[in-house]
Amino acid sequence: MTKGTNLTDAAVFRAQGIGKSYPGVRANDDVSFSVEAGEIHALLGENGAGKSTLVKMIYGLVRPDDGEMTLNGQPHQPADPRAARAAGVAMVFQHFSLFDALTVAENIALGMENPPHRHALSARIAQVSQDFGLPLNPARRVVTLSAGERQRVEIIRCLLQNPRLLIMDEPTSVLTPQEAELLFATLRKLADGGTAILYISHKLDEIRAHCDRATILRHGRVVDSCDPRAHSARTLAAMMVGGEMRPIDRSGRRTGEVLLQVRALSQPAPTAEGTALKGVTLTLRAGEILGIGGVAGNGQDELLAALSGEVRSAPGTVLLEGADLSRLGPEGRRVAGLLAAPEDRLGHAAVPDFSLTDNTLLTAGARKGLVRKGLIDRPAARAYAADVIRAFDVRTPGPGTTAKALSGGNLQKFVIGREVMQTPRVLAVNQPTWGVDAGAAAAVRQSLLDLARSGAGVIVISQDLDELLELSDRFCALNEGRLSDPVTTEGLTLDRIGLMLGGAHGMEVAHP
Amino acid sequence: MIDPVALFVLLLSASTPILFAALGELVVERAGVLNLGVEGMMITGALAGFAAAYHTGNPFVGFAAAALGGALIAMPFAALTQFLLSNQVASGLALTLFGLGLAALFGKPMEGVKAPAMAAGPLGLNWIVWLGLLMVPAIWWFLNRSRTGLVLRGVGENHDAAHALGYDVRRVRIAAIAFGGAMAGIGGAFISIATVLQWTEGMTAGAGWIALAIVVFSNWTAPGVLAGAWLFGGVTVLQLRLQAAGVRVPVQLLSMAPYLATIIVLVAISARQKFSRRAGTAAPGSLGQDFHALR
Repeated sequence: MTKGTNLTDAAVFRAQGIGKSYPGVRANDDVSFSVEAGEIHALLGENGAGKSTLVKMIYGLVRPDDGEMTLNGQPHQPADPRAARAAGVAMVFQHFSLFDALTVAENIALGMENPPHRHALSARIAQVSQDFGLPLNPARRVVTLSAGERQRVEIIRCLLQNPRLLIMDEPTSVLTPQEAELLFATLRKLADGGTAILYISHKLDEIRAHCDRATILRHGRVVDSCDPRAHSARTLAAMMVGGEMRPIDRSGRRTGEVLLQVRALSQPAPTAEGTALKGVTLTLRAGEILGIGGVAGNGQDELLAALSGEVRSAPGTVLLEGADLSRLGPEGRRVAGLLAAPEDRLGHAAVPDFSLTDNTLLTAGARKGLVRKGLIDRPAARAYAADVIRAFDVRTPGPGTTAKALSGGNLQKFVIGREVMQTPRVLAVNQPTWGVDAGAAAAVRQSLLDLARSGAGVIVISQDLDELLELSDRFCALNEGRLSDPVTTEGLTLDRIGLMLGGAHGMEVAHP
Repeated sequence: MIDPVALFVLLLSASTPILFAALGELVVERAGVLNLGVEGMMITGALAGFAAAYHTGNPFVGFAAAALGGALIAMPFAALTQFLLSNQVASGLALTLFGLGLAALFGKPMEGVKAPAMAAGPLGLNWIVWLGLLMVPAIWWFLNRSRTGLVLRGVGENHDAAHALGYDVRRVRIAAIAFGGAMAGIGGAFISIATVLQWTEGMTAGAGWIALAIVVFSNWTAPGVLAGAWLFGGVTVLQLRLQAAGVRVPVQLLSMAPYLATIIVLVAISARQKFSRRAGTAAPGSLGQDFHALR
């Protein structure tokens, strides 16, 4: 394991002592590293570790406060992305920088300095997409493309400029596993052709499988650099988070009396794209975590909405400790002790433009006494938001920050923390760790276990089977709006879960 | 009773002010800016153009002055929305009120004087009518075929992506706002210099609002703007003819007809978009949103 910079002559790009501050945050501090020709170099770090700021500086979107960069031995101080592109830097963004209403060819033309005429450009797109095995029709409008195809547009846009350094900012976060494999094959082909590739991710497995070298960032500083293939995912995670990752603690839980009963809950599909719920029945006991798995679009959102009260159901279908909540809305159910956290944290669980204080008011108003006689108790709300921030280690300047300014992991910790700290009787969460880095995911999972230990019931709806196996005591599969009978998680194999998700209903429960 | 050819000639003339204003607003909205100040820019152009034409005796100098006046009065709106990130709807409404008031104030000395005569162009049509018709394919070509037009559409569709690619979102938008002001100014001046031939307070009479509606009607395309302008102009001319012919319909109803027709078509279009899945709206993705880059 070598510390700091690698001073070989093959380096295409080198950064020396890069620093950047924003009000209240030191995003990068004394960052030094280099990327060689033909190398796929991983930039590894948790959300908020300063990876994105760093690459924005290389691409000319942000100017560093101090430090130096060189590209091909020349000083690299791009005034804007066009200058960076002219110098040979290309970038594929995390959130695609594409124009939905424009065609593929138009999108590519916008990313080039001197695009050839329309017809010539279409021919070159066809040529490059054939060379790299990335089929793409130049005349299609981007809005009609899948996530994988959109990324192809970005990659081809980069390839047409023959870049010396290609930056990929979390490229696989929106791809299916098959699309990701295709991407890595393309990157390897490019690297073999001599392009230096800077690959940003927090997915340890793909970095270990595909990257030649890794520079690890923590809190804006380079903490290590290593060959990721020589380390286990566990050691890499430890470097990223700092210190060993604590194993999840499942101990000390006892299941008690029945808390929540859902009886033959059926709902028509709320929208044309939605899924109808068909006779969903489940029982949840105190201290228990029930995992509900399934492929996206099989009724997860609809089930959570029926539990949270966003959609009301027929009388007698949702009961909490014997009381019928079916006809109550979300606020009534919160008062009764049934809380929920939906999947979409920005826009559904939290209002993007509201401060964290205002966002706590949205669900915690009644249970935490933040609203009295119709008036908001601001100091109490601010104090509660600050409590959540402290208890759940939400990295943010303070409760006055708007929700949209938080990174995904931090907002998720806040959203879960806001519900958990209201001491619910039952908490239902959907995709609690979706798109969240390893450290935040572990914190969220541990908080759900701790909540169950304190005697509450927890329903975790997730597409991450490992997460469900790790957390839940019993497991159900949701398939086309039908919920399977629960099976005990202990001793459950992925194969068997696969069968359940495939829709083999009414399978015999395993009796060991 | 009504000669179709004569009616069409009148229609061309009646639709010209709205055509100019709507084409200008089309470019502004394709750049992602919603400028509700069209009416204010038109009336400013109507006064500036009329005054310049009167003092120089040359109507073409008048139109140039109208374009300049319209572009200039749009600049406070550009500064407010692009630098101070003010709300575009409120700033646009303020621009309309400001333009109407300013023109009424400075227009007092111009009341009662007559515009200089203007030589007719080919086929006896006004040169500005021809210019307006020419602007339709020109703007279509600019938006769909030119590099600058592509950048402008990119800025309007997704300003974050355009910024990430290194385009100056603010500069593109300010240029578009100035162009929209100039076009609205010319449209307004056509009313004072070529149609009414004198200055009266509030003479644009809501044409700016119709222009805004027509941009939506057009689904943000130049040929659509022409169709919308002709629809409005056509119903206007028709109802005037019917009034002159003494049809036994209340004058108030006839005068209402062009506005009513615009509203009905707009409702029909949005109903179609609502009930058919594929049609969808072509509104630019970043329309009306503030853009703020973090450096």
